[in-house]
Amino acid sequence: MKKPFELHADYQPESFEFTKAYQKKIKDVIALYPPGRQQSAVMPLLDLAQRQVGEEGAKATPVYGGWIPRAAMDHIAEILDMPAVKVYEVATFYSMYNLAPVGKHLVQICTTTPCWLNGSDGVVKTCKDKLGIQMNETTEDGQFTIMEVECLGACVNAPMVQINDDYYEDLTPETMAELIDILGQDMKPTVGSQKGRACSMAASGPTVMLEGAKKAKVV
Amino acid sequence: MPKLTINDIEVEVEPGTSILQAAEQIGIEIPRFCYHDRLSVPANCRMCLVEVSPGPPKPAASCAMACGEGMVVKTDSDMVKQARKGVMEMLLINHPLDCPICDQGGECDLQDQAVAYGYDRSRYHENKRAVKDKELGPLVNTVMTRCINCTRCVRFAEEIAGTPVLGQFNRGEEAEIGTFIDQVVDTELSGNMVDICPVGALTSKPYQFKARSWELRKTDTIDVHDAVGCNIRVDARGREVMRVLPRLHEEINEEWINDRSRFSYDGLSKARLDRPYIRDEKTGVMSESSWDEAFAVIKSKLAKVKGSEIAGLAGDLVSVEEMYAFKDFLHGLGSKDMDCRTDGSMIDPRVRGGYVMNSGIEAIEEADAILLVGVNPRYEGTLVDTRIRKAVRENGAKVALVGEACDLTYRYEHVGDSPADLEKLAKARSGFAKILKDAKKPVMIVGSGAYARADGAAVQALCHAAAEKLKVVRKDWNGFNVLQNAASRVGGLDIGFVPAKEGRGLAHILAGTKDGSVKAMFLLGADEFNARAEIGWKCFTVYVGHHGDHGAERADVILPSAAYTEQDGLYVNAEGRPQLARAAVTPPGEARSGWSIFRALSAVLGKALSYDTLAQLREEMVKHYPHLELIDERGANEWAVFDSKAKVSGDVFALPVRNFYLTNAICRASDTMRKCVGAFHASEVLEAAE
Ligand code: SF4
Ligand code: FES
Ligand code: FES
Repeated sequence: MKKPFELHADYQPESFEFTKAYQKKIKDVIALYPPGRQQSAVMPLLDLAQRQVGEEGAKATPVYGGWIPRAAMDHIAEILDMPAVKVYEVATFYSMYNLAPVGKHLVQICTTTPCWLNGSDGVVKTCKDKLGIQMNETTEDGQFTIMEVECLGACVNAPMVQINDDYYEDLTPETMAELIDILGQDMKPTVGSQKGRACSMAASGPTVMLEGAKKAKVV
Repeated sequence: MPKLTINDIEVEVEPGTSILQAAEQIGIEIPRFCYHDRLSVPANCRMCLVEVSPGPPKPAASCAMACGEGMVVKTDSDMVKQARKGVMEMLLINHPLDCPICDQGGECDLQDQAVAYGYDRSRYHENKRAVKDKELGPLVNTVMTRCINCTRCVRFAEEIAGTPVLGQFNRGEEAEIGTFIDQVVDTELSGNMVDICPVGALTSKPYQFKARSWELRKTDTIDVHDAVGCNIRVDARGREVMRVLPRLHEEINEEWINDRSRFSYDGLSKARLDRPYIRDEKTGVMSESSWDEAFAVIKSKLAKVKGSEIAGLAGDLVSVEEMYAFKDFLHGLGSKDMDCRTDGSMIDPRVRGGYVMNSGIEAIEEADAILLVGVNPRYEGTLVDTRIRKAVRENGAKVALVGEACDLTYRYEHVGDSPADLEKLAKARSGFAKILKDAKKPVMIVGSGAYARADGAAVQALCHAAAEKLKVVRKDWNGFNVLQNAASRVGGLDIGFVPAKEGRGLAHILAGTKDGSVKAMFLLGADEFNARAEIGWKCFTVYVGHHGDHGAERADVILPSAAYTEQDGLYVNAEGRPQLARAAVTPPGEARSGWSIFRALSAVLGKALSYDTLAQLREEMVKHYPHLELIDERGANEWAVFDSKAKVSGDVFALPVRNFYLTNAICRASDTMRKCVGAFHASEVLEAAE
């Protein structure tokens, strides 16, 4: 479950503006929708706001991850000419939007049945022990937040976690610990299966559709 | 037109009709929570499930499924019953079992439908969820744990009230209704959310824990807080009005009323005049008296006064019968000086089309261009404003305003603020002038305040001329409307409660009280001007009314009369539609209905009026004014253009209603209305304190 929104928290900024670079992106996104239907751009705009805040947070001390302040939601409502409450509704409905600050690396651990059967408990324990925090908490240095999520659709490679935009699959307590180490040093670990298999094919390599696998350059 | 069978009954319906509506047409009721026939259809409660074939073998939400040719619908099959039971069980999982302490008890959709469709016990043993209550201001009480997330209130706030601040946040078990940022819902219509909430999540704060619905005596009557003439039901217990609810009238208020009409009732039992009072001439102190004593004082005072030195003013809340008797009374004394336009309006009483809403209220929703002149419809006729909003929302109507800018719930073009700007607009060929001329059903709404100024007559002439020029008045369509804001006004003008030939109107009467040419003054509920300052101190003043307000403060003799909930009376609304208000309770103490006071006093003064009962009064009245007999009918009105040489001044149109919650004596006595001022008009309270 995501962190609850707090209206009067002192971290809520007074105002929010998109940077030049983001303003360009916004224009492009809005242009995708027919005239009079700009409100449909509310979801991409919320995402862009979260990313912009995330970029700023990566450079701040202490660091923090992307989240959407109330001022940003109001600003988006203004841009799209819709009631602010409609933006709040969308933002609170989807779990991908963070409405309170999170760590620079938001670790979303899947604990739904397939992942759980394959040892997500161990992954959770490693995270908690190694980072010294509980679910929905953030490390003091602002680097990590861990949270529990429902199935993220990568059950074939269970157990898995999502960290910011990337999936890390086929985890063990050991590989999870490694991931945390690498990320903690601001390096980028290999995305995807941590057992070295490509996509979700058998670990020993493709067994069917061999031609196709070659064409797709996965072997 | 699709033809279908519902429970073996064949029915043909308009294309686009939902199954639920079609069933309703043939008298089959389908249970529902989220569906409301004046709101959009979200289909989120699933209570209205029915079996439809052909189609997938699962129940379908009948509120959102349009009728199709050859459909076979079952609303009472086993599958449907099972499905409804299931939905009911789901809804009750998280619903508290607090009906005994819930104000909605006895008139709760959930309670009723649980009896009809629910299980008799729960199979659910986990904890129920709890939701934090929300603060929605002094009128609406929330118990959000009872909410079933039907989103009716959310849709009402957005679609009808035009204040989209409510929403449904989070999802799944966390889902809750609120404003997210702790806002009040700043609308004059918030009480209606209490009505449409199908459970006890939103209830009336002033009525909280006061009564049970089944112990109340219900009286159908008419509201008098503005000139719209909303149909209401007054629920009373003993002599006390416990609450006021709207009553359906498609052509006037649909099923809504504004918060002032609904919540000011506590003012009916405060600051009441419940016995006659006489002011001691030497000390200036008011003391209680009997009717006989009061009449005797009036008689002795009038003995030395000539008829031409007597004047009368009628206020905003009085009925036509009261004014009729008052007028007869004044005539009997030989007075020609009377006026019901106590707001200072110069409106011409001779042309009915010039002081009513010619298009009617309902037709406004068909308008495609609307010009507002010197009016804030939101405050001066809230239920007219909802029609304008509907026209904007559903018709894409364009709105423009000449007058002081105000916060309306829809977009408008502000084309100017003075009569000169209106003159300019009338001459223009492009812009909004063109929009009006090209419109199919153009509407012009002039506030009564627009004529309440020294050059009022010239402004009226200008408005009529502009209406002609802008083609608002056509052969087959008259879109010219004057929105009065006092319930008594149209009736008063109809029966000619205005200066008779050579008589004096408001301004001259008031001046007369100071220069000595008016020696005696009768006020009938006239509280909307500062009587203490405006009436000369030598003038003997009698106040007939129900509240100790501005008029009573100035009076030398007070005669207590009944309020609108305490006597039968006729009111003509802003569209010129006569409607009957009925007594719901008895007047307090010694108070009597207004007309009977004038009848009794006239006898004491030796000029007895010719009727002894209200029925006789009405009989005589309709002889002179036959249209008053046609209850709930709106006849055609004559129309005229005045040719006026007088010039209009450049002064901006001033809005007559600044504070929506304190427009009359009843509101000013109401604690609830004062709380509303604090919550919704905070800035103005500061001003008033200064
Ligand atoms: S508060 Fe009442 S009207 Fe609003 S969503 Fe809940 S149940 Fe429906
Ligand atoms: S169960 Fe974990 S990804 Fe589906
Ligand atoms: S009434 Fe049809 S789903 Fe609610």
